[in-house]
Amino acid sequence: MKVPPLADRIAKHRVPVAVAAARSLWPLAAGILLAYVLQQFLAPLIGPFYAKLVLDIGIAIVLASSLNIVNGFGGQFSIGHAGFMMIGGYAAAWLTYYGSIHLWGSAELHGGFLGGGDLLFLAGCLFGGVLAALAGVVVGLPSLRLRGDYLAIVTLGFGEIMRVLVQRTSDVLPAADAAGKSLTETATHLGGSLGFGGVPTYTRIFYVYVFVAIVLVVAYRLKMSSKGRALLAVRENEIAAGAMGIDTARVKIVSFVTSAFFGGIGGALFAHELGTTLNPRELNFMKSIELVIMVVLGGMGSISGVVLAAIALTIMPEAFRSFSDYRMPIYALALIVVMIVRPQGLMGIKELWDTGWWRRVIRRGK
Amino acid sequence: MSALEAKGLSLAFGGLRAVDQLEIAVPAGALHGLIGPNGAGKTTVFNLLTGVYLPDTGEIRLGGARIDGKKPSAIAKAGLARTFQNIRLFGELTVLDNVRTAAGVRATSGLWRSLLRTPHYLAEEAAIAERAHELLDLLGIAHRAGEQAKSLPYGDQRRLEIARALATEPKVLLLDEPVAGMNTPEKHAMRGLIQALREQFGVAILLIEHDMGLVMDICEHITVLDHGVTIAAGQPAAIQKDPKVIEAYLGAPETEGN
Repeated sequence: MKVPPLADRIAKHRVPVAVAAARSLWPLAAGILLAYVLQQFLAPLIGPFYAKLVLDIGIAIVLASSLNIVNGFGGQFSIGHAGFMMIGGYAAAWLTYYGSIHLWGSAELHGGFLGGGDLLFLAGCLFGGVLAALAGVVVGLPSLRLRGDYLAIVTLGFGEIMRVLVQRTSDVLPAADAAGKSLTETATHLGGSLGFGGVPTYTRIFYVYVFVAIVLVVAYRLKMSSKGRALLAVRENEIAAGAMGIDTARVKIVSFVTSAFFGGIGGALFAHELGTTLNPRELNFMKSIELVIMVVLGGMGSISGVVLAAIALTIMPEAFRSFSDYRMPIYALALIVVMIVRPQGLMGIKELWDTGWWRRVIRRGK
Repeated sequence: MSALEAKGLSLAFGGLRAVDQLEIAVPAGALHGLIGPNGAGKTTVFNLLTGVYLPDTGEIRLGGARIDGKKPSAIAKAGLARTFQNIRLFGELTVLDNVRTAAGVRATSGLWRSLLRTPHYLAEEAAIAERAHELLDLLGIAHRAGEQAKSLPYGDQRRLEIARALATEPKVLLLDEPVAGMNTPEKHAMRGLIQALREQFGVAILLIEHDMGLVMDICEHITVLDHGVTIAAGQPAAIQKDPKVIEAYLGAPETEGN
């Protein structure tokens, strides 16, 4: 039996460009359509309280799924995701707040659906994501030398540094004062420890779930590709991964950058949400831990598991409002129990559809 | 020209000379053995050749090009693959994914193509899957493709290690104790397999093995290490009779009066 090399096989597996394009685009198109349906039909039906919950769930999915790329797929234990949120959130808020004042004279919402204000907001999300991704390179570099607890401490330090830097900024300038200044001059006026008040509230279910669709498609395609398997291989056995030709340093940095990019976007969505104020106290170490818990509970490396955990852990505090003081102890307890009973998390590395639960359900039905 | 060549290769861990002035030359398509008692430095030699350790002195050439000082991943891409004595599979991944991971190293699609799923990427992934299935078939573990690697029986884990190494399309294959822990029929099957691989892939093989029967049977040339020093090198028949080798394995013959 002959086993020809890869290069000799590619021609025979070629698919027509149109087929490939359709296969490439439909999941995203479906996601955008679903986001639109949620916005237009679900939101009016469930009222503002539950609409906000749906919004929170979406943002939690973006944040936890992005953290899953580095913690779950890559096995690089990062507990500084709030730091990336902070960079993305403040960068985006700065752009929309001061940008609005420059363009339209006030920081109020501007234009309708996909109008000028919405476009500025989307630009802010991308800007925040890109800045966070750049920070991801810097935070990723120590991962080349450190592992386990030591790397976790570095990422923790990064989150705290971001928090302290933001606390040192001056008060937010009101529209009248900001109008005379250039955009760069306003960059140090981010509200300090009081938080960045007055950020226009552009975050809506549609935009959040478009980003949910993007991050899930990216995570899924990454996991199913050779690049993603290389990342998992580094997590499983770094020496063997290197011996199989995987550039472990590059793979780690790429995972940090991808994770940070979506962490930044999650932060930007958070910053423009109605009813939340962007402030350094909110995005502290506990926020990072909350996201880590979602990843660990859901299953390190399981996209669907982490989505389930993000949904559950966002609903739970709302459902048990009277217990909200005990939230962190309950999380901690849940985490300990999971570590003992199921150390790989709810799903391990597997996805919902790998486990065959639906087959079991059908069999039981008979 | 040798497929793999090491000249004057030395490595010391503190005061311990783990490998001392090693000379190895494996011609293309050859099957060479590297033997020696426990702690002789055999696995250290593999770690030097594959870039896990940097040699203190000496040079390593793969197909004539220097590879010493390069990263392990670059050396693997240049065409040197290995298996591990203490099995190092990607345990949580499926058997198929272990092989696909290694085969994917020859793919040219970057991150963006992978995320956008371009036609070239799709073709490559299909080719990777096809090739991985064929390798599993060849190694006789195709029926376990969907299982987690860590759940395989020991012998199958060793086979998977070989399948994974072959997936990187090597010119030279380093096998570290491929039959360790196997029973006689399994060993017999593995011997046939190693010889078959060499013919089918045209790959040169350097083999570490404690099973003398196997080594003497299939290797054309054997290098014997003891305490990092090459004590003998040559054809199996000559090695078997070499007094230094016998001494290293069995100890010095007792002399009168002792």
